[in-house]
Amino acid sequence: MRDGNDMAANPMLTHPYLVKSVQQETYDTFTIELEPKNEARPLSFLPGQFNMLYVFGVGEVPISICGDPAKPEALVHTTRAVGTVTKAMWKLRRGDLIGVRGPFGTSWPVEEAKGHDVAIVTGGIGLPPLRPSLYHLLSKKQDYGKLFLLYGARTPEDIVYGREIEQWRKRPELSVDVTVDRATGQWRGNVGVVTTLIPKADFDPANTIAMIVGPEIMMRFTIAELQRRGVRDENIYISMERNMKCGFGFCGHCQLGPFFVCKDGPVFRFDRIKPFFGKGEV
Amino acid sequence: MSEGKRMETLEPILAKHPFLKGLKPEHLKILVGCASNVRFNAGQFLFHEGEEANEFYMIREGKVAVQTQGAERGPIIVQTIGEGEVLGWSWLIPPYRWRFDVKALELTRAIALDGKCLRTKSEEDHDLGYQLLRRFAGIIVDRLEATRLQLLDVYKARS
Amino acid sequence: MVSGGHEINGGPALHIGDKVVLERQHLQQLLDALSKKGYRVLGPTVRDQAIVYDEVSSLKDLPSGWTDEQNAGTYHLKKRADSALFGYVVGPHSWKRFLLEPEARLWQTKSAEMGLTTVGHKEEMPRFAFVGVRSCELHAIAVQDKIFIAGEYVDESYKSRRESLFVVAVNCVQAGGTCFCTSMKTGPKATSGFDLAVTEVVNTERHYFLTEAGTKIGASVLGEVTHREASEEEKAAAEGAVEKCSKQMGRTLNTAEIKELLYRNYENPRWEDAASRCLTCGNCTMVCPTCFCTTVEDYTDLSGQLAERRRRMDVCFTMDFSYIHGGSIRYSPRARYRQWMTHKLATWIDQFGVSGCVGCGRCITWCPVAIDITEEARAIRESELSHKSVT
Repeated sequence: MRDGNDMAANPMLTHPYLVKSVQQETYDTFTIELEPKNEARPLSFLPGQFNMLYVFGVGEVPISICGDPAKPEALVHTTRAVGTVTKAMWKLRRGDLIGVRGPFGTSWPVEEAKGHDVAIVTGGIGLPPLRPSLYHLLSKKQDYGKLFLLYGARTPEDIVYGREIEQWRKRPELSVDVTVDRATGQWRGNVGVVTTLIPKADFDPANTIAMIVGPEIMMRFTIAELQRRGVRDENIYISMERNMKCGFGFCGHCQLGPFFVCKDGPVFRFDRIKPFFGKGEV
Repeated sequence: MSEGKRMETLEPILAKHPFLKGLKPEHLKILVGCASNVRFNAGQFLFHEGEEANEFYMIREGKVAVQTQGAERGPIIVQTIGEGEVLGWSWLIPPYRWRFDVKALELTRAIALDGKCLRTKSEEDHDLGYQLLRRFAGIIVDRLEATRLQLLDVYKARS
Repeated sequence: MVSGGHEINGGPALHIGDKVVLERQHLQQLLDALSKKGYRVLGPTVRDQAIVYDEVSSLKDLPSGWTDEQNAGTYHLKKRADSALFGYVVGPHSWKRFLLEPEARLWQTKSAEMGLTTVGHKEEMPRFAFVGVRSCELHAIAVQDKIFIAGEYVDESYKSRRESLFVVAVNCVQAGGTCFCTSMKTGPKATSGFDLAVTEVVNTERHYFLTEAGTKIGASVLGEVTHREASEEEKAAAEGAVEKCSKQMGRTLNTAEIKELLYRNYENPRWEDAASRCLTCGNCTMVCPTCFCTTVEDYTDLSGQLAERRRRMDVCFTMDFSYIHGGSIRYSPRARYRQWMTHKLATWIDQFGVSGCVGCGRCITWCPVAIDITEEARAIRESELSHKSVT
């Protein structure tokens, strides 16, 4: 019986998992929950890591794991349906099989962040990869300073985990602020880019770890705003995305300068990746 | 409220607002002379597109929505402005007309500054004019950058 | 004329470092011994007007009397005056095509009533013997070892082929028009990574191979081939020929701080210049002995019941190599040429601790528009000097 976490044997071999549920999140985003078919233990992962998910006969895509790392029995991935594989994945139903390889990649610095304020700044479909980190921070809140979730979406209809966000708002240790790029008249919340939320969040810039996920433009502007606030580059962490075929540094597709986004990332400490980040076509 | 009492209560409030940080006391006094306390209930319009723009607002608490009526059902909000922020620059440039509707989303308190009054005073005292323009230039630059980001529509799904 | 010593076959055991002489005709015994031990013997052959690696069993299969003339964008074979067996440099093939299969089936899966069952592809792991491996090629194999064996994940197929591999290296006695192994410190003399290393000495009187055993198994195989202890003159002649070769390099590449040089020059206008010539055909990538990028393709059969995943070699010059939703990161030819060259000479060093380039010159020879990596590196380096003199 192969250990579900033993990737070293043949990391290109996909393992069958059963679909437990497929839930719609927004008009183009869904969450799929899986459980192992053959593995004795559930897949354990660190916040920030991803799996390569294979839809029979269609193809394979890298998707961040977005469940609670303390409850790995529920293996959850949230993704947008934009390509052939994700669109086919959305059509899967309970009991269908899907192939899983992973987990791969580096993780959010939840250990290094102990004793610090933590600012999670995310946009669009960037919230799912950070949710595992948020779960961890909330479960160990006594180890951290003030926690912030700053979330920007395109419109109110694009907000992911809307109901959960309202639950998070109720928690005293977490400060939640949400904004959209534009809204229709019913929206009572903020309208404006996510960077406008940063001046309003009272984290201590000298003692803050920032975790950022979003489109690269959004990450660049967010970093600029954080730097303006006084957050140092070595306290800023981002998650990158690149074309991946293997997930563990053999196929060469995910290179960003000297880094393999699959194994040196996807989570990067900003000062380390700075010389290559934002450089056109690198 | 008498003139004197108004100046007593508003001066410290104005001095505290981030927008006027670093302003010389004599300039602050001029602003106080053009200032008044205002409040809007949730749902109340501050002004409508096309109306004469003769003031700007320093928001003390609450939130307002800058919006426009599009072809779609209901208005589209392009920006919300809240505590510590400044609303309105149409008073600076002719024809001095508002280009958007602004509605309070919740109970909002602000200091309204008389634009006509300040335009006149700025013509007399160019130093004051420069101080105001410099601060507004900062706001406009920030808004322009944010607007460009919104235009880029970075969260749009691309396949 | 046979000089010194008497010929031995099946005599006292040889040891690592022992240097003996094989006459030309006795080399056949080496091929036979390897074949008898169950190796698939691969060596140079002439095909399609080039020297390519293929199965060999007889000395007649080898490119006797052939040499190659190489320059940027040009390659042709020429007849030699002698019948040297390794009198050429390198052809379009490199040994990676045997260690890292160009196309491999990774697994198959059935969508049966039982559900998705994956069957790891069981392949018969071949045992190869490479005959005629140049020093630059030994270094290239070592570079790929760092990727596929030495890291956290291991390619089992590569590892198995690599561990069972028998290497007969050839020390170069003539350099090619596009060679620059001395610049990259990868030759021309093979110093490690071989079971046997031969230096071919051909003149009007003699034709022999000074042969050195590099491993125990190499020594043991060598013991089965008719050989004679090498004299000092024979050793000197072989060494002299290799020494002479190191002075004949067709190209040079200044590697001083080349990583920092290229890291500084992502926006150098020279990239546009190269891009205006580059066809993004990927030849350089395909002939390069260290390029390792692969892609994965998923297939189904017509019934939709059986799916298969295959891996095949890939080329970073393609339009969709760096594709993510919305478009490719490197959509311009400029960016793709820059990626290949910067990876080869600079980022590779940060990734694996060594340069990705072994100075074999294949990319220069096989580029249809004669782009020369040594010339591009020189141009970038010199562009900084002229810039400095202006400021």
